[in-house]
Amino acid sequence: MANSDNIKNDAALVDVSQIKAINKVSFKQRMKAYKRKPLSLVLLILVGLAAAISAAALIFIIVYVLVRGVPNLTPELFSLEYNSDNVSCMPSIINTIILTLVTLVISVPFGVGAAIYLAEYAKRGNKLVKVIRTMAETLAGIPSIVYGLFGMLFFVYALNWGYSLLAGAFTLAIMVLPTIMRTTEEALLTVPDSYREGSYGLGSGKLRTIMRIILPSAMPGILAGIILAVGRIVGETAALIYTYGSATGYAAGPFNSGRSLAVHMYVLTNEGLHTDQAWGTAVVLLVLVFAINTLSAFVAKKLGNNKR
Amino acid sequence: MDKFTIENMNLYYGKFHALKDVNIRMKKNRITAFIGPSGCGKSTLLKSLNRMNDLVEGCKITGDIRLDNEDIYGDMDVNILRKRVGMVFQKANPFPMSIYDNIAFGPRTHGIKNKCELDQIVEESLRDAAIWDELKDRLKKSALGLSGGQQQRLCIARALAVKPEVLLMDEATSALDPISTGKIEELCLKLKNDYTIVMVTHNMQQALRISDETAFFLLGEMVECNSTDAIFSNPQDKRTEEYITGRFG
Repeated sequence: MANSDNIKNDAALVDVSQIKAINKVSFKQRMKAYKRKPLSLVLLILVGLAAAISAAALIFIIVYVLVRGVPNLTPELFSLEYNSDNVSCMPSIINTIILTLVTLVISVPFGVGAAIYLAEYAKRGNKLVKVIRTMAETLAGIPSIVYGLFGMLFFVYALNWGYSLLAGAFTLAIMVLPTIMRTTEEALLTVPDSYREGSYGLGSGKLRTIMRIILPSAMPGILAGIILAVGRIVGETAALIYTYGSATGYAAGPFNSGRSLAVHMYVLTNEGLHTDQAWGTAVVLLVLVFAINTLSAFVAKKLGNNKR
Repeated sequence: MDKFTIENMNLYYGKFHALKDVNIRMKKNRITAFIGPSGCGKSTLLKSLNRMNDLVEGCKITGDIRLDNEDIYGDMDVNILRKRVGMVFQKANPFPMSIYDNIAFGPRTHGIKNKCELDQIVEESLRDAAIWDELKDRLKKSALGLSGGQQQRLCIARALAVKPEVLLMDEATSALDPISTGKIEELCLKLKNDYTIVMVTHNMQQALRISDETAFFLLGEMVECNSTDAIFSNPQDKRTEEYITGRFG
């Protein structure tokens, strides 16, 4: 028997460009409707204005950064070695990437693991789960300078790691852990129970169900959380100044100090001698964040491909 | 021969007494239908047969449930039980992966890795579920793109792929159009040669059309269980008669 769905999909497509639809609302009709209900016109204008202002603010910032920054994107700014003449941001770019990777390596396993426990293993409605959830939400809202202070006192001084890649990465890992944990948990909870039932019903154990069914389904949501985390890591300054330090070279080892791009920019602006280069660096930072977001969106789409 | 025997079974959801002193036997290679109004406990009983109720918080079961005279709540491994007693759910629940992977998921779970063997199982299962001809050219496509009726038959194929002995169907056709329902009913009649089928249905016509035995449930009690002909033509209990003649429920 032919499948009606397939027929509908393939054969029912017609050219609609010539059809004059009676259900299309003309401008005149719309105006008439607004005359009857002027309040709805007012509301339309207000929300439209709100959308326009929000978009304009974002566009203004981006354009402003680009206008001030792009002329300063000189080859010297990307010299391999930093000196006080070229104030190259190359070491900072590399440091930022390494710092981001190390931070994720530390925080993702713990964050995702904790979320799996909360969503899949802990009893639903458990008191402990609620406490952990509240704590995670509170931690996510704490200003980053507080994490910086903690990182300095604990990793830098108490553990005697000094200003170092590890101290910076661990501090940031603690900072982004609640974000990763909460978004992952939300993603796991949105996986329909019918998938779990289907899998258990075939005789799959918990482990296989989680690894093969639930995690793949939740992957786009988990990646969204990791993207958020990356955004915070790349843009962070306060938590890094007193943990990762602001050494200008490449942080070659785990106990070397370095500066991330955002810290680099902060230092340049703060010193007041290289404001132009700071703008250039801002453009680089902007492009970096944009690139990371595009890449992750692409990966998320690839991974979620089988869903539709 | 009896496939399932249930003796003095009681089930509680928290403080709610959902099944009261149920005694019932299900014969091998027969279709047994559970009928009754919503909330009477028929789905609950069905879910107890492959221990899906284990997933429900605060569910307590007492009594004796045996599959081939083996206590399913005793030493039997729950995953082995669910391999032997497959289930098709009310709402089709294909996994978000390809049609092939959906069917192969169960066999892979139970250790079959060989590609040829998997190919064969996939084809066999889809043929058994009478959906092979519709799907054979799109095995690599996502299962979520299928129509509701196709998805449900895919789920039946997926359940058959692990070679179960019993197939539990929890209102498996209630969300489908009459044509898809008809196909699945035909399928059940064909499958009962090799499988024992236990189905929950809200549709009394369906029970009459395809089941061999029918059990009527009301408010957590098993009121009457007999051959389908006897239940519908000559009910012993007044409540059964009132229900099947449509006076309540």
